[in-house]
Amino acid sequence: MSAPSDREPLWEVFVRSRRGLSHTHAGSLHAPDAHMALRNARDVYTRRQEGVSIWVVRADGITASSPDEKDAFFDPAGDKPYRHPTFYQVPSEVQNL
Amino acid sequence: MGATADQQDRAALTAEQQAAFDAVLADDGRVEPRDAMPEAYRRTLIRQIAQHAHSEIIGMQPEGNWVTRAPSLRRKAILYAKVQDEAGHGLYLYSAAETLGADRADLLDALHEGRQKYSTIFNYPTLTWADIMAIGWLVDGAAIMNQVPLSRCSYGPYARAMIRVCKEESFHQRQGFEGMLTLCRGTPAQQAMAQDALDRFWWPSLMMFGPPDDASPNSAQSMAWGIKRFSNDELRQRFVDATVPQAEFLDLTVPDPELALDQETGRHRFGTPDWDEFMRVVKGDGPCNRQRVAFRREAHEEGSWVREAAAAHAARRAEQTAVSTQRHLVSAYPTQRHVASAGHPAA
Repeated sequence: MSAPSDREPLWEVFVRSRRGLSHTHAGSLHAPDAHMALRNARDVYTRRQEGVSIWVVRADGITASSPDEKDAFFDPAGDKPYRHPTFYQVPSEVQNL
Repeated sequence: MGATADQQDRAALTAEQQAAFDAVLADDGRVEPRDAMPEAYRRTLIRQIAQHAHSEIIGMQPEGNWVTRAPSLRRKAILYAKVQDEAGHGLYLYSAAETLGADRADLLDALHEGRQKYSTIFNYPTLTWADIMAIGWLVDGAAIMNQVPLSRCSYGPYARAMIRVCKEESFHQRQGFEGMLTLCRGTPAQQAMAQDALDRFWWPSLMMFGPPDDASPNSAQSMAWGIKRFSNDELRQRFVDATVPQAEFLDLTVPDPELALDQETGRHRFGTPDWDEFMRVVKGDGPCNRQRVAFRREAHEEGSWVREAAAAHAARRAEQTAVSTQRHLVSAYPTQRHVASAGHPAA
């Protein structure tokens, strides 16, 4: 059976693939602390130079928006198409708009 | 699984939740971890992903067997990288299973206690160096054939793990074919070794796609759920069609007297794998089943002191220092102190 030390906390891994780009979620892993989480993340997620910078965040430190990812939380943006440039009709002969 | 179990599972979701789940599948969308999903869907995925993860880490053994005996430093470095990749693939997959509420430590227990299985192919021994090359060519080739459709599977985290795995395994297959080619263009003894490896690994590779469609009771449900995109027999056929010309290029003979190209369809007719042998290996009676699981348990037990030491070290360091003051660890952004002192190097 598993020993208690097998139950290490879960960390979410974010990798910046190159300068100029944001960190992007790459996956998760278990590690006893931040130091080991970083080293493990390097070995698991950047074996082919996929990154120049790594963030690790304890999974239980993340607050998520909603259980099913599509509830009323995002509704307020749903009826505001006028926030997009394509909402507006402009004569085709007008340039640089 | 009977209709009753499925009905019970459906009863566990509200009509609205079930409709949302069905709509995602109908739209060929992706189910994400926090979505409501039928319990049978969750259980099926956990079982399949765990079995897949176990296959990756058990698959390290037959190949690790040859790391110290690789014929050159180049081949050794390549094999070592490949075995390391398999460990990584196992971790991506265990992570994907955990998004469904499984616990990695429990899954490993299930593997060690024989309650969960892994691919039958890894219960065959690697007797020669040519076996290692044949595994890269055939076993990784079959795995890619299986996994490319899985990268479009309905469960998001599994699909994303598969995209990554497929990218990396493409190197595995190519290095295997390259190694086979080297042997087949070598001495008669090397050619014979390559042929012998193909003779032993051909049929077990075809078995990797699972039992024939008419003996695969869970396939229909997995297809309906968008977990499985093609049937076992269809994938097996594709693998044969892709691989036979490669064997011809190597001047090797595929060990199947019934193998023939159908000129009209462009597809191959081929013989039937020994499904009795397959079932024996599934049930634990293959050439290496006991050895693989015993070795895996031993490795886990022998590694326990490392996990204990890491946990003790982490606990002690947490007592002594805050994370941000450790020299090798930094926060994501400069702290106020760094910013304030930036303009005043003397401060």
